[in-house]
Amino acid sequence: MKSKLMFIAFLLFSSIGYSQLLEVSGKVVDSKTNMPLVGVNVEIQNTSQFYITDVDGNFKLSKVPSGAKLIFSFIGYKNFELKVNKSQKLTIEMQASSEALEEIVVVGYGSKKKRNVTGSVSVVSSKTIDDLKPINATQALQGTVAGVVVTSGSGAPGSGFNIRIRGISSNSNNAPYTLIDGYEGDISLLNPSDIESVTVLKDAQASVYGSKGANGVILVTTKMGKKNSKVRVSFNSYFGYQETTKKIKLLDATEYALLLNESYGNGGQALPYPIVTGLGRGTDWQDQVFQKAGINNKDFSLTGGSEKITYALSASNIAQEGIIGLDKSGFDRSNARISLGIDISPKLNFSTNLIYTDYNRKSLNENGIGSVLFNAINTPATLTPYDANGNYTLVPATPGYGNEVINPLAQIENTYNNYNQQRINGNFVLQYKPTNDIKITTRYGFDSANDVGKTFSKRIDYGNSKVFNVTNNSVSQKATRFSSYTFDLFGEYEKTFYEDHKIKLTVGGTLYENRGEGLFATGFNVPYNSWEFADIALAGAPTFVDLEIDPNSLPRPGVVTNGSYKSTPYKRPSIFSTLDYNYKEKYLMSFIFRRDQSSSFSENNSVAYFKSILGGWLVSQEDFFNKNGIVNFLKLKASYGTLGNDVAPANAYRSQLSGEGVYVFDNVITPGVAVGTIPNKDLRWESDTKIDLGIESKLFDNRLEITADYFNNTRSDLIISGVPISGINGGYAPGSGAPAVNAGKVKNSGIELVLNYKDNINEFKYDIGFNITTINNEVLEVNNSTNFIEGGAFAIGQLPPTRMEVGQPIGVFYGLQTDGIFQNQAQINASPVQNLGSPTSPGDIKFKDVNGDGVVDFKDRTYIGKAIADYTLGFNINLSYKNFDLLTYSYASVGNDMIRNYERTENKLNKLNYVLDRWTGEGTSNTVPRVTTGASSNNLFSSYFVEDASFLRIQTIQLGYSLPKNVIDSFGISKFRLYGSINNVYTFSKYRGFDATANTGDPIAGGIDSGFYPMPRIISIGLNLNF
Amino acid sequence: MKKYTILAAFLLVTSAVITVSCSKEFINEEAPYTIDSENYFNSEADYNRALIGAYDMLQSSYINVMLGEIASDNTLSGGESATDVIGIQQIDEMTHTAVNPNLKDVWNWMFAGVQRCNYIMEFKDKTDFANKNQVIGETRFLRAYYHFELVKFFGGIPLKGDKRFSVNDEKSIPRFSTADVYASIEADLQFAINNLNPIASQKGRATKGAAQALLGKVYLYQNKFVESAAVLETLITSNTYSLVSNYNTIFENSGENNSESVFEVQYTDAEGASFGCLQCSEGNVAVGFNGIRNYVGPLFDSGYSFNVPTQEAYNAFETGDRRRDVAILNITAWAALNTGVSYGTGYKHTGFFNRKYIPRQGDANIGDQNLTNPNNYRSIRYADVLLMAAEAYSRSGNNVKGQQYLNAVRDRAFGDTNHRITLTGQSLTDAIWAERRLELLGEGHRFFDLVRTGKAVGKITGFTANKNELFPVPFEEIQFSNGNWQQNPGY
Repeated sequence: MKSKLMFIAFLLFSSIGYSQLLEVSGKVVDSKTNMPLVGVNVEIQNTSQFYITDVDGNFKLSKVPSGAKLIFSFIGYKNFELKVNKSQKLTIEMQASSEALEEIVVVGYGSKKKRNVTGSVSVVSSKTIDDLKPINATQALQGTVAGVVVTSGSGAPGSGFNIRIRGISSNSNNAPYTLIDGYEGDISLLNPSDIESVTVLKDAQASVYGSKGANGVILVTTKMGKKNSKVRVSFNSYFGYQETTKKIKLLDATEYALLLNESYGNGGQALPYPIVTGLGRGTDWQDQVFQKAGINNKDFSLTGGSEKITYALSASNIAQEGIIGLDKSGFDRSNARISLGIDISPKLNFSTNLIYTDYNRKSLNENGIGSVLFNAINTPATLTPYDANGNYTLVPATPGYGNEVINPLAQIENTYNNYNQQRINGNFVLQYKPTNDIKITTRYGFDSANDVGKTFSKRIDYGNSKVFNVTNNSVSQKATRFSSYTFDLFGEYEKTFYEDHKIKLTVGGTLYENRGEGLFATGFNVPYNSWEFADIALAGAPTFVDLEIDPNSLPRPGVVTNGSYKSTPYKRPSIFSTLDYNYKEKYLMSFIFRRDQSSSFSENNSVAYFKSILGGWLVSQEDFFNKNGIVNFLKLKASYGTLGNDVAPANAYRSQLSGEGVYVFDNVITPGVAVGTIPNKDLRWESDTKIDLGIESKLFDNRLEITADYFNNTRSDLIISGVPISGINGGYAPGSGAPAVNAGKVKNSGIELVLNYKDNINEFKYDIGFNITTINNEVLEVNNSTNFIEGGAFAIGQLPPTRMEVGQPIGVFYGLQTDGIFQNQAQINASPVQNLGSPTSPGDIKFKDVNGDGVVDFKDRTYIGKAIADYTLGFNINLSYKNFDLLTYSYASVGNDMIRNYERTENKLNKLNYVLDRWTGEGTSNTVPRVTTGASSNNLFSSYFVEDASFLRIQTIQLGYSLPKNVIDSFGISKFRLYGSINNVYTFSKYRGFDATANTGDPIAGGIDSGFYPMPRIISIGLNLNF
Repeated sequence: MKKYTILAAFLLVTSAVITVSCSKEFINEEAPYTIDSENYFNSEADYNRALIGAYDMLQSSYINVMLGEIASDNTLSGGESATDVIGIQQIDEMTHTAVNPNLKDVWNWMFAGVQRCNYIMEFKDKTDFANKNQVIGETRFLRAYYHFELVKFFGGIPLKGDKRFSVNDEKSIPRFSTADVYASIEADLQFAINNLNPIASQKGRATKGAAQALLGKVYLYQNKFVESAAVLETLITSNTYSLVSNYNTIFENSGENNSESVFEVQYTDAEGASFGCLQCSEGNVAVGFNGIRNYVGPLFDSGYSFNVPTQEAYNAFETGDRRRDVAILNITAWAALNTGVSYGTGYKHTGFFNRKYIPRQGDANIGDQNLTNPNNYRSIRYADVLLMAAEAYSRSGNNVKGQQYLNAVRDRAFGDTNHRITLTGQSLTDAIWAERRLELLGEGHRFFDLVRTGKAVGKITGFTANKNELFPVPFEEIQFSNGNWQQNPGY
């Protein structure tokens, strides 16, 4: 509740003494339920001395001056005040009320009372994280925070998530800036149970982070111990299994054979299956690759504190198998953490927080040609997984099967890799409070990771000519290191003038730097062609002659391919200042200024300034406002500010000889030099202007909370790397590439609405939350004179299917527009000629002549979909009755489309079963074209491949039961709760692919589905135990 | 007062930290272990290394060679199906449009070659050394080579002298006329002839002879027969090159860089690439593509069955012509002759394969088996030089020289002198053209020979006059140019 900063600050006040001192102790309880209240703030007025009640609601204040007033404050309760004249023991009954805005939130380098926050700020509490039990803490933001969209490009264990705050603005990086206890870090690797709160800054409030704030800011606060509290031990565990939520509907063996006969017939070729009887349903390859996979998690923590020391220790482990390949795509993460706070003197406090992470992951090829799912979708049902000898059946190497499709089970079996990361991150903080109104903080945060990885390419033959055959086995290994630090030095000055004018001035600087290096090596001729021997220590030079003669011979010693890199250090020094002004707790103003310099740009462009202004009016504090009416609280606020983004590829402004210039002279490979990525010396900052107008209110005895925001963000000078440019610049040479450019302007505007209703009917408590966000994304400028930039890939060798184009949402799908199916030759003759490279026959797709020039060609491509949703919604319900609790979390997305790109259009590969509705003669279908082995334009990218991917996902349903207090008390247990939980319960969607919620995260090409690995459904039971 | 002192001290420390950290040396630290391209060319070795980069793009011309055959009457597209590498399929059918990934590759890769040459040319005066003219000579030969490929495929192209193109040039620099492009090529080659060694210091480097041969060809493409004959005659009489007696040995591994090789693009099997970056391969990508589909048997390795010769091309060889069975593999005959041969039938299967450039067994094929074949591309053979000279003489009225050079090639083809040609005038020229097809079948020249001699109509199915002589400029390039460049006629 109270941020640790404030906590420490108040402690520093406590040194000021008075002459006559009393001792006051007691217990704070809820006035209705008589349950002890934990964490109540007990403060002696006009001093800095305070206390927070322990787990039993107890408090104890020594050194209370006689006649002092004690103020008890707690979120969701009315303040209780009491004058004390003697030492005594009290029982304080606090009345629930929902002046619940007394919560303190971290809003940058400092924190504020939530009611005084003027920016658009959302907080996800540890309660929500506990409810959702995310594997990756990022998932806790999914559906719980308005304006925040969390997507993933893969459901494979250990895969990352993409967070997008208020739409997609940039083309280089849309990820928000994430700070853990003030230093730059990776939220996805944290143990979710270690998190106290996650604060999301969505508007100009973030501009104190200047160059990093344009995508929004996520501030993670980890749990700390509380002073003067008993040791509290907590153990949580769950285990369960996972399964796929979806199988794509494919043809069975008989349907496949019949369809093939038809397409070969239409193509004028011999029928491949003259006899189809007895084929039956054949193999369901998806059943073959999808398995039930295990998951288990356990975490343990210990927190507490004495008068001068606070501590928190925790350890956790999560192990998750993949629903494809089990261990072959499994993941395992262990975390250990220690947090310590020490009052060195009344004015000086030291704290540290160290986190160690050990992360292991194995992965299978996913999302695209060559992925396991791609193979499972495309391998015909007529093939069996194993042949008569028990070996994997080979997908035939005859024409029609493609050279890319192989038996997915054999692929899983023969995939070998592992990856390990050991990471240590944390901070050291010194806070000095020379006087009551000045606080100086120095903070050094660091993040350091060591990665090692190994991939073994086994000598394998998947059938003649298959592209995944390996004739010369090899093992590739890498070891890389990454480190960063964030150093802060800032001072805060807080003072009240003439009673009603409160100001707070913060001035400081931050320095961030990161660097990395790595080594890579590949060795050939791994002995025994076996993973067990796969290491460069045993491998040798790239000749396979010995192995041809004797497969078990040891490799010839020789050179292994080596590579290394050392990144250019990325540096960013900044200075900042904020000024907060508050008049009578009614009128609030904040001014924020920041100067940033970034090593991403050349000297002339490296500096940028950011500023913003925020204002708020607490209407309900006015005398004319009746707080006891329907509306109990009302705040209006507005903010305007500029922010930036400097995420550009390293060295994008300098031209380097990093290309590949290698030729063969005298039959020997001779290395030379060549220019690498084309540089852009004029590259400069992205700048972002954010406007937010908001209202916060509470109604009906504070039971209903309504928050609404209008936002309008405009991002200029978008940094876009790898923008296709004319080939005359040489960017298509080996090792070269297109430059990063400032190429556009994007606007995101919309409305966020959050409703929360909380009440109880006797012992039945309920809490309902709903949020909705509308996003209107529009590209305003693309500065390359063509007004668009293309991206993504569809099938093989086709024009890019997605664009960033003026007047359209970013990532708009661009292709031919279908206009039904040609039913007969007369229709073809009567329609514009389809000049698309292939002849047109009845049963083929009719494309619209969009530009009306009488010819259908690639100039008739138009806008046929978008990956950005019109609305995103979240809907959460928490219920409890006596010792039972039930909760559900759901989220939805409306108006987003996806491109179906996981079908390989080879003649003999399996097909989705929608082809059963194909055109087979006049009047049979006006949506699905005929099947043929001949050339046709039906596979050109068109609206035929675009599907509505709107969805509603029930993310979590959880039912818990806590043993009654009287039962567990005698065992010294304060909480014993058992629960059953289902994650990713069900997704309502018309989308045919595996996962409508997936998105690769690429701003332009994110909505192309090349066979996403679906998020698994997790069914688990768990235990929470507190002492 | 005390607190103001503290505050002041704090601000002082802060500003000190900021000042230090904002200095240029701190912010824009040099990138470790990298070389800045604009501060290069400080030694002869620097020039030589950049030159290797310029040679590198030759390897990506494998696609030019494939298309030069597939677009012609020599071979069909092949592949697995009607949609396998759709760009190649459409070129075979002459239905190609400006949207064609393979033509886009030709444009992008050849221009990348030009750009790498001009990287050297831009800095040619920076550092002096004795061997400078040899380096610049090779550079200009390569630039001429890339420009010639571009002008053959696309006609007029943008030029920027000795400067590299920079971003947005596509919106301002026009497509120069073919005459301008040829003028630039001629100047480059003339410089190369004047400065290059006749004998390469390393196998694979451009020589004086290579420049002469290419210049002879460039003249021939412009119907400058006298000039062509002259430069080729100088080359022939220099006696630097000679025909290899056994035609069959030319295209085997052991026949690389032989006495007949005037210019050869070098490949190796020691470093490959992936489908994502075909231009990155140090191997000859075309060879795997041309290979026999699903082949099992002696001598050859399998491949993707593209670029399959037609029955008509097979039949074009006279009886006794030893070149037929070197140029074309008749797979049914081969299977009958050898035990254990099996193969697949791909799209447009003819029963013939482009034997000069299909994979041979025993290659290491590091990386991808099909993308890392070591077969060098015999770009300019002495036989080609002789036939070009014959044509240049014949078309400029010198029947004797025309017959002489033509018959030198025919003598080798038949292993006797009984097949000499004594025709004159247009009949002689026709005979030379027919000979070019047979001698050079499978080597990527046929389409451009048909176009330059005006014989494409009728010979190439689907060929439209006044359109298909040139390939379309890639759709994306026309978009990038924003109206600066016009599409070629008919597309």
